[in-house]
Amino acid sequence: MTTAPLQALEKCPTGIVGFDEISTGGLPRGRPTLLAGQAGSGKTLFALEFVLHGIEQYGEPGVFVSFEESPEELATNIASIGFDLERHQHENTLRILHLDIDPSDMIEAGEYDLEGLFLRLGAAIDATGARRIALDAVENLFSAFTDLRILRAEFRRLMNWLKDKGITAVITTERGNNTLSRHGLEEYIADCVVALDNRIDGQLATRRLRIVKYRGSAHGSDEYPFILDQHGFSVMPITSAGLSYPVITERMSTGVETLDAMLSGGVFRGSSLLVSGTSGTGKSSTAAHMIDAACRRGESSLYLALEESPDQIMRNMSSIGFDLAQHVASGLLHFHAARPTASGLENHLATLVGLVNTFAPRVVVIDPITAFNTGTDDELVKTMLIRAVDLFKSHGITSLFTALTNGGDAPESTSVAISSLVDVWLLLRNLEAAGERTRGLYVCKARGIAHSNQIREFLLTHTGIKLVDVLLDTDGKILTGSARLMRQKQLECAVKARTTDSARRREVLEKKRHALEAKIAAMRADYDNEIYSLEAELEREDAHAELADRTFSSLAIRRSRVNLDDA
Amino acid sequence: MNLPKPANPIQPPETKPSSNWLLRLYIAGQTPKSLAAISNLHRICEEHLAGKFHIEVIDLLEKPQLAEGDKIIAIPTLVRRLPAPIRKIIGDLSDTEKTLIGLQLKPKQDI
Repeated sequence: MTTAPLQALEKCPTGIVGFDEISTGGLPRGRPTLLAGQAGSGKTLFALEFVLHGIEQYGEPGVFVSFEESPEELATNIASIGFDLERHQHENTLRILHLDIDPSDMIEAGEYDLEGLFLRLGAAIDATGARRIALDAVENLFSAFTDLRILRAEFRRLMNWLKDKGITAVITTERGNNTLSRHGLEEYIADCVVALDNRIDGQLATRRLRIVKYRGSAHGSDEYPFILDQHGFSVMPITSAGLSYPVITERMSTGVETLDAMLSGGVFRGSSLLVSGTSGTGKSSTAAHMIDAACRRGESSLYLALEESPDQIMRNMSSIGFDLAQHVASGLLHFHAARPTASGLENHLATLVGLVNTFAPRVVVIDPITAFNTGTDDELVKTMLIRAVDLFKSHGITSLFTALTNGGDAPESTSVAISSLVDVWLLLRNLEAAGERTRGLYVCKARGIAHSNQIREFLLTHTGIKLVDVLLDTDGKILTGSARLMRQKQLECAVKARTTDSARRREVLEKKRHALEAKIAAMRADYDNEIYSLEAELEREDAHAELADRTFSSLAIRRSRVNLDDA
Repeated sequence: MNLPKPANPIQPPETKPSSNWLLRLYIAGQTPKSLAAISNLHRICEEHLAGKFHIEVIDLLEKPQLAEGDKIIAIPTLVRRLPAPIRKIIGDLSDTEKTLIGLQLKPKQDI
């Protein structure tokens, strides 16, 4: 006898942003899911979206049963999101049942069951051909009838009835004190349980969603932040599917030539930069350089200003030679100003996602990210930033974060340990010496890039940032500012002195050479003369000798001839 | 001393009803509960309404759409349509006391 192959659990996608990701596909198909949360946590919206997305995106008609809110209230709640309830009801793909039971209306006199509920649900399901159903605020059902025994039995019967019909159901209920749901409904809904939480963190309301249980499925078991805004219910998963982004090898200029040189050509496109430093070290100016360079290349850019107003930033940057207003006017640069304390971290992230989708920037600046630290947990800020970096990388957006460090700490400790998240870390430091404060820039790290490990003096001039080499004192101390200028002068003088000295020596050498050559010439002349006269003498003597020889030999011949004549 | 008037003026049980009562009983099929409700209702009405009543039995299995009108969830449900206001009593009406209270034929016991 062969056993039937195990069927994978079929999922029913909710269409709710982020939820289908963390539930690896959606809710269990044909089963009920319990959604528990306190008042105002977003249960009704979740249930509504589940049904409406089913109709609009997946072609599955649905029934929404509300035990609390009226159809008019529901319509108002989701009006801003853009669902057309009327049309769906008109087209018979949606039925809304409003079962408001007033307990004061009723007296219980004997045994009963809830068959009326089944009949009405059945009628609605049959009329629409519904595949999805939502039962919103079932605790009202329990509080309307006092016989808990009957209610529990009927509730169990209802769950089985829905399962038999193969309908995927979302049941929402209030949280209980000791139990997850007020009436312990998780006893009857064993397949999938989701909990919504709305808590206050550092004075800001933050929402969390957790899949408490999901039988037969892998699911993210952490708490996921979510937001409710004009786009509806959005869950923000912490990471996308793995850390897999397309790798970019193209380099991009930071806008500061010398900095590009320090980074052996610039940063990789799509990388993240952190510029940290104490107050007034020039972080925003560095950001302005990058933005300006990007805009000049015709690339759309986004500047998220969290501490200063855009007008103030533009004014400040014009003092170092940047006209950011022209980029704003041309539509390449978009400023978005927000007070971090104005809303929760998730809302900020959602805003960021919205801005990225709307403007499709190639470069994004968040100035400063440390503004988020006021009043919130460091870990939460770090998590949010991880997701922001994630978002940028997956779009190939180059991002720059500025961070304020405390003067007292070692400059390497940024209060949010974001430095481990970014690819490039530039550290701006105040250097105080000889009664002067100057700034220095280090490249603390640059992943995948050969970079200079030397500090450069960082100057803000009216034509922008200039990075100059520092000089070392005779005892190895770094010299910047006027001390550097002085040393520079010293060195220049020394060089000059050396050059004049060597020039002089060269002259002396020349003279000596000339003198030597003159002497040699004179000696050579003497020598030539002597040789000449010697040779002349030799020639004369030779001539003499030759004459003597000839005379001798002619004499000899005449002598012999005379002898002949005598005979 | 002025005592507050009761919210629902009720007739003492001995007085005969002045107008015809209209009662609607919703059932779902001929189940034991439904049959018990029907017989209990008849008995109670004979006893307390002295013939001045009209009972309508609506079987939702035959006509489910009628459940919407009176917002029926529990079965059986007895709806007193007349006299106003509308009152609902759910159950098989085996608890006569509660039924009478529900129909406002008996005052609610003060605790």
